[in-house]
Amino acid sequence: MNTAAPAIDTRHAAKQRFREVLFKGATLAAALLVLILLGGVVLSLLQGSWPAFSHFGFSFLTREIWNPVTDEYGALAPVYGTLVTSLIAMLIAIPISFGIAIFLTELAPDWLKRPVGVAVELLAAVPSIIFGIWGLFVLAPVLQRHVQPALIEWLGPLPLVGKLFHGPPFGIGVLTASVVLAIMVLPFISAVMRDVFETVPDVLKESGYGLGATTWEVIWKVVVPYSRTGIVGGIMLGLGRALGETMAVTFVIGNAHRISPSLLAPGTTISASIANEFTEAVGDLYTSSLVALGALLFLITFVVIAAARFMLMRLDRRALSSV
Amino acid sequence: MNRRMMRKVTNVVALCLSGLATAIGLFFLGAILWTLISNGVAGMSVALFTQNTPPPGSSGGILNAIYGSVVMTLIGIVIGAPIGMLAGTYLAEYGKGTRLAAVIRFVNDVLLSAPSIIIGLFIYEILVIRMGHFSALAGGVALAVIAIPVTVRTTEDMLNLVPQGMKDASTAMGAYPWRTITSIIYPAARSGIVTGLLLAVARISGETAPLLFTALNNQFWSTNLRGPMANLPVVIFQFALSPYKNWQQLAWSGALLVTVTILVLSISARIAVSASGGGAKR
Repeated sequence: MNTAAPAIDTRHAAKQRFREVLFKGATLAAALLVLILLGGVVLSLLQGSWPAFSHFGFSFLTREIWNPVTDEYGALAPVYGTLVTSLIAMLIAIPISFGIAIFLTELAPDWLKRPVGVAVELLAAVPSIIFGIWGLFVLAPVLQRHVQPALIEWLGPLPLVGKLFHGPPFGIGVLTASVVLAIMVLPFISAVMRDVFETVPDVLKESGYGLGATTWEVIWKVVVPYSRTGIVGGIMLGLGRALGETMAVTFVIGNAHRISPSLLAPGTTISASIANEFTEAVGDLYTSSLVALGALLFLITFVVIAAARFMLMRLDRRALSSV
Repeated sequence: MNRRMMRKVTNVVALCLSGLATAIGLFFLGAILWTLISNGVAGMSVALFTQNTPPPGSSGGILNAIYGSVVMTLIGIVIGAPIGMLAGTYLAEYGKGTRLAAVIRFVNDVLLSAPSIIIGLFIYEILVIRMGHFSALAGGVALAVIAIPVTVRTTEDMLNLVPQGMKDASTAMGAYPWRTITSIIYPAARSGIVTGLLLAVARISGETAPLLFTALNNQFWSTNLRGPMANLPVVIFQFALSPYKNWQQLAWSGALLVTVTILVLSISARIAVSASGGGAKR
């Protein structure tokens, strides 16, 4: 490559080589910048949260108190809210996403596949603030009037489970936030599931059918086991989104810094606390506590997302370009 | 016989449930769009596009917010797109197969799914505190940080689709890699790269969380990049949660505007891909 033919002007060749170095350097620098960005995020979160962690120590993680007046903060309530809303959201979203993925890969006639697939992808493109405003003005009143009273009446008196459905129907609260989150992560999980289902070789499915299996048996005993890692990866990816989702939750969670056993009561999540309070936070400790919450959120989502990406790494990256 | 019936029934029930799941998903998309249209259209007027955000109780529009959103999205894409494209080029060409590229790819994927509010905190720590005040510039940079991983990903995917034969042919002519990339590979992958950019614009133009404490908001018309600037997502957030009817109406109209813009961008990105006849699967 560096042996220029004698016919070529050497000055021209030198210029070419110089540009090569320049261009290659630029692409490398840009690629390294991606690493620097992640490093910068980690460092800035650590630096910003240091005052809170050094002041409260380990008790920051274990205390429920959140009192700007006495300047005492604990992360327990928002961490609890983040985990619980995401967990319920996944319970709702996983079966529905699974159904959608099956419909799109195994059931839908060809003419229906594309429009339905695009519609589900459009749901993923709707910005989260729209889910928030819709959740607050449409979903919350519907849940308050029709769903929550029924839950209180039927499930409230039950032992154990009943505790989850106590209290007045507020409309906004943990349950509503979970439902909105579930709708939001639906398209992401189903997109990944559909893509991994499509990687199952036709021969495998055909052998199933050849043995006389029904469509469902082929799905459950051939397609699902074959794509298990991808399914779990997709679920984790959805979980990562649910954990970090901010605007949709902020609208409907109620922003109450306490842990209530009831799912109908208002609560808060890490991201909702930051979104609601950060610009109004006065005092270094208050701000630092919110950044510390952010650091915790980053830690949780990093673990989940890294695990998801690790599981999905084996798959054809192109198949997953939608997420 | 009984067992066979059971299997058939299970099959039908399971398949019906999967159809139902799809119906549920589509229902929510429909419900959200319907709410946006029925509430947002009422507020569509000339004033919406010609007046600034009003104080509670008086009429106005969202001109300053539209302007701010356009400006910050532009800053985000102008900074983010070149960096993302170059980094994607490195992953697909120079660094292909190396361990460094694998690490960067993984980190990029993590950034791609990282909560956007964390990006907001990051920019707050490194820009807003240093500058001493909220600014449109900080908002734009926050959006750029979100746009970069999206562009890296799509660029790498699209460059990988260019046939190896074309690259080999160019190399055989004695072209340096940079010449091959800029004169052969980029043009061949153009529609795919454009799609990636459209998707990046769609992604960042609806982002709210990273703007909350970088660009903040501004009730007035401002073109000062070094000061707080109004933007649609944050205006929607504040106005929707306010008790004033006229503010809520503006929030709905703004929400409709943002969503229509983003859906149009996403759909045209898809059309751009399928029109090119190749590229991504969808």
